[in-house]
Amino acid sequence: MMEPCVEVRDVRFTYPDGREALRGINLHLAPGEKVALVGPNGAGKSTLILLLAGLLKGQGSIRIFGEELTEKNVRRLRARLGVVFQDPDDQLFSPTVFDDVAFGPLYAGLPEAEVRERVAWALDQVGLAGFEKRLSHHLSLGEKKRAAIATVLAMQPEVLVLDEPAAGLDPRARRRLIAVLRDLPQAMLLATHDLWLVEELLPRTVLLNGGTVVADGPTAAILTNKRLLETHGL
Amino acid sequence: MHINALDSYRPGRSRVHRLDPRVKLPLTLLFILSVALMPDRSWVAFGLSQGLLLLVTFLSGVGAGLVQRRSAVALPFTLAALTVIFATPGHPLWTLPGGLLTVTDAGLWRFLSIVIRSYLSVQAAVLLAATTPFPDLLWAARALRVPRTLVAVSGFLYRYLFVLADEAQRLLRAREARSAAPGGRGGGSVVWRARVTGAMAGSLFIRSYERSERIYAAMLARGYDGEVRLLKYQPLGEEASLGEG
Repeated sequence: MMEPCVEVRDVRFTYPDGREALRGINLHLAPGEKVALVGPNGAGKSTLILLLAGLLKGQGSIRIFGEELTEKNVRRLRARLGVVFQDPDDQLFSPTVFDDVAFGPLYAGLPEAEVRERVAWALDQVGLAGFEKRLSHHLSLGEKKRAAIATVLAMQPEVLVLDEPAAGLDPRARRRLIAVLRDLPQAMLLATHDLWLVEELLPRTVLLNGGTVVADGPTAAILTNKRLLETHGL
Repeated sequence: MHINALDSYRPGRSRVHRLDPRVKLPLTLLFILSVALMPDRSWVAFGLSQGLLLLVTFLSGVGAGLVQRRSAVALPFTLAALTVIFATPGHPLWTLPGGLLTVTDAGLWRFLSIVIRSYLSVQAAVLLAATTPFPDLLWAARALRVPRTLVAVSGFLYRYLFVLADEAQRLLRAREARSAAPGGRGGGSVVWRARVTGAMAGSLFIRSYERSERIYAAMLARGYDGEVRLLKYQPLGEEASLGEG
């Protein structure tokens, strides 16, 4: 087996108000592997994502590309692990689509010509070629979701972590999104409630409930286990 | 759902639209400065300025009615200058009942001149906003060396004004949807209603605050390090490059 690009070992996190969100998570992600992170509301999916991005600090060990995630290397590792947040209005914070997609590459210190190249390339990847001058608040939700993915793709990460990328989309926008995600070569950890999308896109599923991993295995086996899904609110 | 009414830009292909924003922005500021420096009762200068504005409005094709309607919104603010009517020494015209305040002719002229000057300035700003997309204005400000933090903050303000307005609209709709009046008229005292409105304003603030935290997280996740970094030049659209040629 190849060295995992993400390795989470016995990670715990308690919010300041005392709520225990994660109670010892173990998880690994091989390069190029596409994994679903499912679980009911409050299972700890979003918390785990914030920890992976180094935006929250918990106990336990998170290794990204074999490197322990610390205050010191977090900025370097963020370039290799891109996070797409749930609400695209949070992710798209600039007036135009161009500014937003250029944000990551710009902060990575790339020269201007390359920033422009990356923006055009990333928008093309998500099927939004030519959207540079568009205003973010004039996009449809489906376009916003894809633009949010482009903002992260522009940094050319090796792992993509997505929080509910398909929530609230109509069937057509959802199909387009699935097509976009399927064509991406990166390893992917995708948190969602959308079991149909999981079945369609992600060969492996990790089921989270109450801050622990309750199942981890091939999607087909987990999704056909009706009793398991019902016990854990899916 | 977008609140497009907030978007002041009116797309067009006129000469005014196509003019480079780096020219439009300083010209507008210069116009406002010159109007502000005009002495009281300089009617000819006021008239010429208004004529210039009408000419530009006509050339831009955004419609004089639109410019007037939007500019009128600023008129109530000129009431702040109302005190000069009484505070300027001059020939007394009329004393308010009670004898404390006296209207002078010089005061009246000064007030009228302030209102006219404000209205001229606002029209110029409205015209600029109606013929220039906001990102182009930001870009022009950058090119003109306005501090980058200020430009970045204006950009955020512009971006989240819409999100905030949408959120406020959703709150209002939710209240509206539950404000049934079975007896034909709505219930609740003024105090109670004020309390509901206050709670809505509070929840809007909390939501914005939480959103700002999430935005900051999204910025950090993409490498933000506390320093505002901008590209030297944003690619100009067809509109602007045509203006240069």
